Amino acid sequence: MKIHKYDTVIVGAGGAGMRAAIEATKRSRTAVLTKLYPTRSHTGAAQGGMAAALANVEEDNWEWHTFDTVKGGDYLVDQDAAEILAKEAIDAVLDLEKMGLPFNRTPDGTIDQRRFGGHSRNHGEAPVRRSCYAADRTGHMILQTLYQNCVKEGVEFFNEFYVLDQLLVEEDGVKKSAGVVAYELATGEIHVFQAKAVIYASGGTGKFFKVTSNAHTLTGDGQAACYRRGLPLEDMEFFQFHPTGIWRMGILLTEGARGEGGILRNKDGERFMEKYAPVMKDLASRDVVSRSIYTEIREGRGCGPAGDHVYLDLTHLPPEQLDAKLPDITEFARTYLGIEPYTDPIPIQPTAHYAMGGIPTNVEGEVLADNTTVVPGLYAAGEVACVSVHGANRLGTNSLLDINVFGKRSGIAAAKYSQENDFVELPENPAQQVADLVEHLRNSTGKERVADLRLELQETMDANVMVFRTEQTIKTAVEKIAELRERYKNVSVQDKGKRFNTDLLEAIELGNLLDLAEVMAVSALARKESRGGHYREDYPNRDDVNFMRHTMAYREVGADGSDSVRLDYKPVVTTRYQPMERKY
Amino acid sequence: MATPTLDKMEEAAAASPYITVTFRIRRFNPEISDESQWQDFQIEIDPKERVLDGLHKIKWDLDGTLTFRRSCAHGICGSDAMRINGKNRLACKTLIKDINPEKPITVEAIKGLTVMKDLVVDMEPFFQAYRDVMPFLVTKGNEPTRERLQSAEDRERFDDTTKCILCAACTSSCPVFWNDGQYFGPAAIVNAHRFIFDSRDEAGEQRLEILNDKDGVWRCRTTFNCTDACPRGIEVTKAIQEVKRALITRRF
Repeated sequence: MKIHKYDTVIVGAGGAGMRAAIEATKRSRTAVLTKLYPTRSHTGAAQGGMAAALANVEEDNWEWHTFDTVKGGDYLVDQDAAEILAKEAIDAVLDLEKMGLPFNRTPDGTIDQRRFGGHSRNHGEAPVRRSCYAADRTGHMILQTLYQNCVKEGVEFFNEFYVLDQLLVEEDGVKKSAGVVAYELATGEIHVFQAKAVIYASGGTGKFFKVTSNAHTLTGDGQAACYRRGLPLEDMEFFQFHPTGIWRMGILLTEGARGEGGILRNKDGERFMEKYAPVMKDLASRDVVSRSIYTEIREGRGCGPAGDHVYLDLTHLPPEQLDAKLPDITEFARTYLGIEPYTDPIPIQPTAHYAMGGIPTNVEGEVLADNTTVVPGLYAAGEVACVSVHGANRLGTNSLLDINVFGKRSGIAAAKYSQENDFVELPENPAQQVADLVEHLRNSTGKERVADLRLELQETMDANVMVFRTEQTIKTAVEKIAELRERYKNVSVQDKGKRFNTDLLEAIELGNLLDLAEVMAVSALARKESRGGHYREDYPNRDDVNFMRHTMAYREVGADGSDSVRLDYKPVVTTRYQPMERKY
Repeated sequence: MATPTLDKMEEAAAASPYITVTFRIRRFNPEISDESQWQDFQIEIDPKERVLDGLHKIKWDLDGTLTFRRSCAHGICGSDAMRINGKNRLACKTLIKDINPEKPITVEAIKGLTVMKDLVVDMEPFFQAYRDVMPFLVTKGNEPTRERLQSAEDRERFDDTTKCILCAACTSSCPVFWNDGQYFGPAAIVNAHRFIFDSRDEAGEQRLEILNDKDGVWRCRTTFNCTDACPRGIEVTKAIQEVKRALITRRF
């Protein structure tokens, strides 16, 4: 075991982690621990753009953006946070441009902007051009630009270090962060990083679904590390299903395709979104579009022999426009489906895309131990966190914005905390829990296999807690997850070595997914209403009287060592906007 | 608009799509042996699936010790460059049907970087070369309050080289790099190009001097391996030629 000491430690090197690192490195001795090389993060897979009311191409302002974010989130958004997001969006985009990001340009040479789902002029009048973009590879450009600036600033990276435990120590009756414990992939060695401040920026949990746009590595490691140490997870029942994933594969096809004029059609060629969202049509918010697609499929208007998908039609758009604005997604269609998007519509289905919930934080990125108490020295930003700016449904282009605004804020806040506070003494045997976990898995002779359990988990999640949910389906998922968690105790790995043991890491990642799937299903079961991405067929309406509140899920450990999920609730912060019926 | 009809893909999906394929993988684990060796695995796979899917089937069903890097699985993150049937490709962008599944499919680590285990190589020299070319925007004077202006034409000038995902497929396909790991390699030059030809940047001269080094652009022998290998379709050799020309003319 090695012990390292840094002022600030950042867990994850995607957009939020690197944006935080650029700020923290300028102000404090900072280390970034990342399970992947920095440019491998899934920020790079984001395509369509980053929202900011620059008003470069038409009238727009941050208040409209705030409203759209609150409405998009079905009023579960904390409105003070949404206001910060929308206000600081403008500087966040300009910061990136100054760092070198090659945005597409208008004829005047300013940053070009395009339409995106749920973003509107004057509180829902019509779609507005708010998304700043670089073709359909905006996330790639953000990731590259941030890494370039990390190189410029001399950010120190520990690549292929898996953070597996969060150290919390009680000091003067307050639980404080003392650092993290990490496993080095190359050597199998365990490292303790003592730090004054820790920022989690480790991404989402999408891999508990089978059809997902998420990378194999999005296994909720940060959420699981905090949850196991008794910290709450907020709004985990809210998961976004992006309307346009490649049929059966789940690979993302940007909403920008519809922003450029693409149309969804059923087997009769009908533009069915006109029925469900007369004003915004194909650019309604993602939860609305995903439900509409599945309604078409369920009512027998899906495409193909099994009627299990619909079409994204780009054939009426000029090939030059597709080449200039959507080069990557048209190539995906050619590579993975053998389809030419100039002439043929693309088969799509909703794909598990984004966790709205996560580690609860305030607007400075400080992690909360309950509804109000901050954990000193602990921060989170990006998809791992829940500020909450996305509420029950995130608007497209608001995640690239979120990582930049709250990545920067948490980087500054954590470094300031490091400057003003001392190290918290490490607990005795700080690496014990991780060492035990690794030894258990390496030595286990159990008969259960990681791949089997993971597939069963993914299949039950797809079948039971995806776009449509009922009491019955969620209960089925809860029971199945409990069975899988039991069987996980007998999981074993074939690779017993120390060097680059990805077999072992996949087993650990599965453990994280199982714990978080349980939190999600239990949270979903208790929310007897429909709101944003959480749609209950048995409770099809939003219920502001009983459920206009955030879910806070805690891990409870019984006297016999067994654990369960305890739910509590937190009020939503409302400033300007009273809840209204949500129509697009 | 084209009316959706049953297309050929859906007809094909009705029949059982699986075929038996042999993967021939060069295994190496210094914890077990100092020598690498080829190992064959037979799997059932849909030919429309990716080589990465095949590797996962092997790892998940047959041999958990098989080790490789991967993340996004659709050609964006750059983790899974490997040598497939003797050519550098991304395993997640290569479909089984496109590489003749009648014969064993050979898979080995990319060349020119030290193999750590199976298909995993030491990426550090690759990233060091990248860092050495100052891969970031350098500007002088006061920052404008709004964005810097750039015409669509000036933006287009370096568009091709912004697509790089740092997968190392190009650099590790380059015979010069195989023979001399000191050579910056195509990927680093591509990333220098991205800034040299960016109208906002003011450090082009410095980067050109770095690449004027004995291990710089002049080592390129224009074999086009890099261009063929690039999974993003970047015209890598052309970019290198443009840097060479800029060094001679000092115009960029």
